[in-house]
Amino acid sequence: MTGLALPSLRRPNAPLPLVAGGAAAAWLVGWFAEAPAADWLAFTVLRLEPGTHLGDAVAFFLEDLPKVLLLLLGIVTVVTLIRGFFPPERIRPILAGRGLLPGTFAAAGLGIVTPFCSCSAVPLFIGFVEAGVPLGVTFAFLISSPMVNEVALVLLWGLFGPGIALAYMAAGLTVAILGGLLIGRLRLERYVEDYVWQLQTGKMRPISVRLTWADRLGDAWDYTRTLVHKIFPYLLAGIGLGALIHGYVPTDLVASIGGRSNLLAVPIVVLLAVPMYSNAAGTIPIVQALLGKGLPLGTTLAFMMAVTAISLPEFVILRRVIKPPLLAIFAGVVTTGILAIGFLFNSLIG
Amino acid sequence: MRSIEVLGSGCPNCQRLEANAREAVAMAGVEADVRHVTDPREIVRRGVMSTPGLVIDGEVVSTGRIPSAGDIAVWLSK
Repeated sequence: MTGLALPSLRRPNAPLPLVAGGAAAAWLVGWFAEAPAADWLAFTVLRLEPGTHLGDAVAFFLEDLPKVLLLLLGIVTVVTLIRGFFPPERIRPILAGRGLLPGTFAAAGLGIVTPFCSCSAVPLFIGFVEAGVPLGVTFAFLISSPMVNEVALVLLWGLFGPGIALAYMAAGLTVAILGGLLIGRLRLERYVEDYVWQLQTGKMRPISVRLTWADRLGDAWDYTRTLVHKIFPYLLAGIGLGALIHGYVPTDLVASIGGRSNLLAVPIVVLLAVPMYSNAAGTIPIVQALLGKGLPLGTTLAFMMAVTAISLPEFVILRRVIKPPLLAIFAGVVTTGILAIGFLFNSLIG
Repeated sequence: MRSIEVLGSGCPNCQRLEANAREAVAMAGVEADVRHVTDPREIVRRGVMSTPGLVIDGEVVSTGRIPSAGDIAVWLSK
């Protein structure tokens, strides 16, 4: 199994509202039918016993795979569609004209809705700084954008409910705001590579081609199907591992190793998360199974945030525009923030 | 001779855009020089912050998305 190939929706034969409506209806039917269908498959067709290790593991897998796939397909498409209206070129003038405090808050918030890929981190950084966006505000954006990952946010909401999803978002925003304010106060402009200041940015011209709704929907669906195709093997592995944990790992084991009494648990999961960069979706089923077995919320959130925000490739790319001391401060702020969130939630919530 | 610039760091999305652009050149049947601009300074100088970007004859026609070969061919034949 190498991936999940989904068809393109460019230039569909049917009218656009019909395609979109049909997709939405099929999605809803799938959403409500998948849990009973999974139970029926596991316990009636495969004749597994509910309550046994094997039965629970198989039912978990059959129920979770379509659920996570539906969430990804539906919500990433919608989120990508919305984000298409907030390109960095459009939010830059909003951030350039503000003071440090309102600018930092705005940047942290906009970081959530603006599409960001570490491969455009450098032009984005230069573009912001050149336009007069303060350094702290730029970093608030650079922290919030990957830290509040929309895939993670949406899956957390769908699988655990709004409480945990909102806690994840609030925590990421707080780290981005505090980090941005700190970097702004420290006056670290000298650690930006000199050539960045000497550049003359091109005038922002409106892009000559206007996007239609068909373009936007086609873009969003293309993004989603490429993403799902890419992460599908990880998703299978993640849900498979999650199913094994759900069926076989005793609750006491997880609670005693990863419980709140073990202060090393948060740093350890953060360390484990570093090589998992960009696989937020594949890690969620594991996280779900571990939460169910007693892994505390703070440890879980720290893990989710570290997966998306501590990205070695991004640090390497940013080295082209900022000098090592600032890079170290940036990495330090992100890591410290994630650790603090882990410990804070663990001590506040039982 | 038309000029086409693909702006991007060489990431997978930028490669796909370049492939679409080359396909579009063949579809439109025009003479075009397709260049891949990877220097972030050059990208920003063209007023683009979200990659991949596409510039046709010095005019930015798309940023942060991958237009299809068909769309690019339409722009080329204008």
